[in-house]
Amino acid sequence: MIKTQTQDSTPSFLEYKGRFKGLMGWIFSTDHKRIGLLYLYSMLVFFSIAAILGLMMKLELMAPGKTIMGAQTYNSFFTLHGITMIFLIVVPGLPAVFGNFFLPIMIGAKDVAFPKLNLISWWIYIVGALIALSAQFFGDGPPDTGWTFYAPYSFRTGTNMLPAVTGAFVLGFSSIVTGINFIVTMHRMRAPGMNWMRLPLFPWALYGTSWIQVLATPIVGVTLLMVVLERTLQIGFFDPALGGDPILYQHLFWIYSHPAVYIMILPAMGVISEIIPTFARKTIFGYTAIVISTLAIAFVGYFVWGHHMFTSGMSGVALYTFSILTFLVAIPSAIKIFNWVATLHKASIDMQTPFLWALCFLFVFMIGGLSGMVLGALSANVHLHDTAFVVAHFHYIVFGGTGFAFFAALHYWYPKMFGRMYDKSWANIGLAIFFTGFNTLYLPMFYLGMIGMPRRYYDYVDKFHGPNIISSLGAMFMIVGLIIVITNLVRSARHGVIAEKDPWKGKTLEWTVASPPSLENFEEIPTVTDHPYNYD
Amino acid sequence: MTDNTHIDEHRDDEGAKTGMWIFIFTELLLFGGLFIVYSVYRYLNPMAFHLAAQELDTFIGTVNTVILLVSSMTIAMAITSIQLKNKKLTLILMGVTILLAVVFMVNKYFEWTGKISHGIFPGSEILHQSSQGEILFFGLYYAMTGLHALHIIVGVGFIGYVMWLVKTDDVKHDDYVILENSALYWHLVDLIWIFLFPLFYLIT
Repeated sequence: MIKTQTQDSTPSFLEYKGRFKGLMGWIFSTDHKRIGLLYLYSMLVFFSIAAILGLMMKLELMAPGKTIMGAQTYNSFFTLHGITMIFLIVVPGLPAVFGNFFLPIMIGAKDVAFPKLNLISWWIYIVGALIALSAQFFGDGPPDTGWTFYAPYSFRTGTNMLPAVTGAFVLGFSSIVTGINFIVTMHRMRAPGMNWMRLPLFPWALYGTSWIQVLATPIVGVTLLMVVLERTLQIGFFDPALGGDPILYQHLFWIYSHPAVYIMILPAMGVISEIIPTFARKTIFGYTAIVISTLAIAFVGYFVWGHHMFTSGMSGVALYTFSILTFLVAIPSAIKIFNWVATLHKASIDMQTPFLWALCFLFVFMIGGLSGMVLGALSANVHLHDTAFVVAHFHYIVFGGTGFAFFAALHYWYPKMFGRMYDKSWANIGLAIFFTGFNTLYLPMFYLGMIGMPRRYYDYVDKFHGPNIISSLGAMFMIVGLIIVITNLVRSARHGVIAEKDPWKGKTLEWTVASPPSLENFEEIPTVTDHPYNYD
Repeated sequence: MTDNTHIDEHRDDEGAKTGMWIFIFTELLLFGGLFIVYSVYRYLNPMAFHLAAQELDTFIGTVNTVILLVSSMTIAMAITSIQLKNKKLTLILMGVTILLAVVFMVNKYFEWTGKISHGIFPGSEILHQSSQGEILFFGLYYAMTGLHALHIIVGVGFIGYVMWLVKTDDVKHDDYVILENSALYWHLVDLIWIFLFPLFYLIT
């Protein structure tokens, strides 16, 4: 399958000198590790912008009435915050950064199946991001629809919707290309002996994710295309004046965007499944159950989109069906939680930073998941729909789930990616502040939602004031934690202690190669003879 | 390709074809979104769709269907002829495929301009006075056949690029997976038309 010419591959991929030097050596490199880091750096930039927007919104909500911005600015802030966080960071996040970097290494390959396509997908990502963000700077003012682009407002509003929607459409391509690439890589490039049941769980999670990316993204692509056509050519799709049905837009949008939630969370679960056995020094409990539940989530996740629309107008039968299916999809997630906890039982646990992040993930993810069950219940949903409760719930899932897993992965694989170790005590301090701030920020929002505070308003009545102050203070606390965590990582990339090959005593293939890995990862393609987490 | 990446001589025809097939799935789902919209609105406005469909010229539609089917055949024959090491015939067959695609687009052009000259286009006065179902029908007609035409153009570009590769012997009798992939893509374009044709022209 792979013919290899002998060459000296001692220099790491960071030092390797190719045809281009400096920046060009990165942005035209088809090395999966460099592409992974390109994604990481681009996301860090976008994430900082979106996080600052989030902080400003929380500052606005510090007191009733206009605090630091007016209604229109607030609307465009939550739109941009949503578009950036969802389409630029959380959806591509783990697969594009850690999937690119570690998938080939973990299955014992030298690169992904289509390295050039891989580079192209990063370029598409950057182009899409620039198009989406350009909406802010010219035209008739920044978009104000929220990240969901609901019809009919998305083609009636006078603001600059076109670039935002087109950008999201282009980003979909990047997602699809990455998905195809990963699927083919896993089918064709596993090392000898690496059969499916010896695949580590992060690649397994990426496999499920890739199928969702490939099968669900085109639907949102064509839906956004219809919005574009509706705005530019006045072709009636969703405009009631032209015979269209706005509810149909919501269906089409959520047919993608609900599975997209599993694009966000499956790789996160994969990361946690890697970290827990490593620091527990124990084989993961119920490997097969985790694999099956991954595939079950990917499958059932397609059939629950209606739970975003319980108050939009659907038949009773449809409501009950979607509600039941929503409860069903919680089962595989719970199976995973039980498996992780069971792995920790009677283990000799090594309390390192990545493991602490994973534990925090378990905590916030369970709050997020259980509050999702509240929203999945029809009667409760009518009360809580479009309130701060929903915002709290999905931040616990998306930020608490994917975000915590992202930082867990970053701390876990950092020594492998950069060949250096970060300062562990600062990392732990940062995590502690971040975790406290996170919960102080979002827990009051559950309460606010229950007493009726709607989402997406810059203003509120006086009785919501108290919890909002706590929440805004939490936001500031969380940002401080974030700054400590990121500063520590950035600083250590240059000044950290040189890392060993296997600092955590991991058993998967990425810990058998040098830190940072050489250009071709392996001197010789390894032969796999055993399960991935064999600590016996 | 840059030097700082692959020293590997990596060739995996099976993998390349798998990738193409998955991409074809995504294309089908892309059109699938439009097919759902079509079926929902047809269900809601059966009479208006019936009336509007009678405006379309079944003759041109049929001719275009035959053209695409024949072009799918010629591109498939091009694969057989490259396997038989007949480079000249391969190039002729691919050229015929592109020619047929161009004829399809010319027909499409006359069909669209005909409609537009009768005042039937999105946002037009005449359409504005029609029923909502008719507005939806023609909106979908322009969007779906337009998106399909865009795929024809991409397909022509793809096949044209592969023709150049055949000419420079980069695609040979023992290494022709990209030709197969371009043919797969072309069959997809053909297949989508096979569904569009009855939906717009035949069901009245």
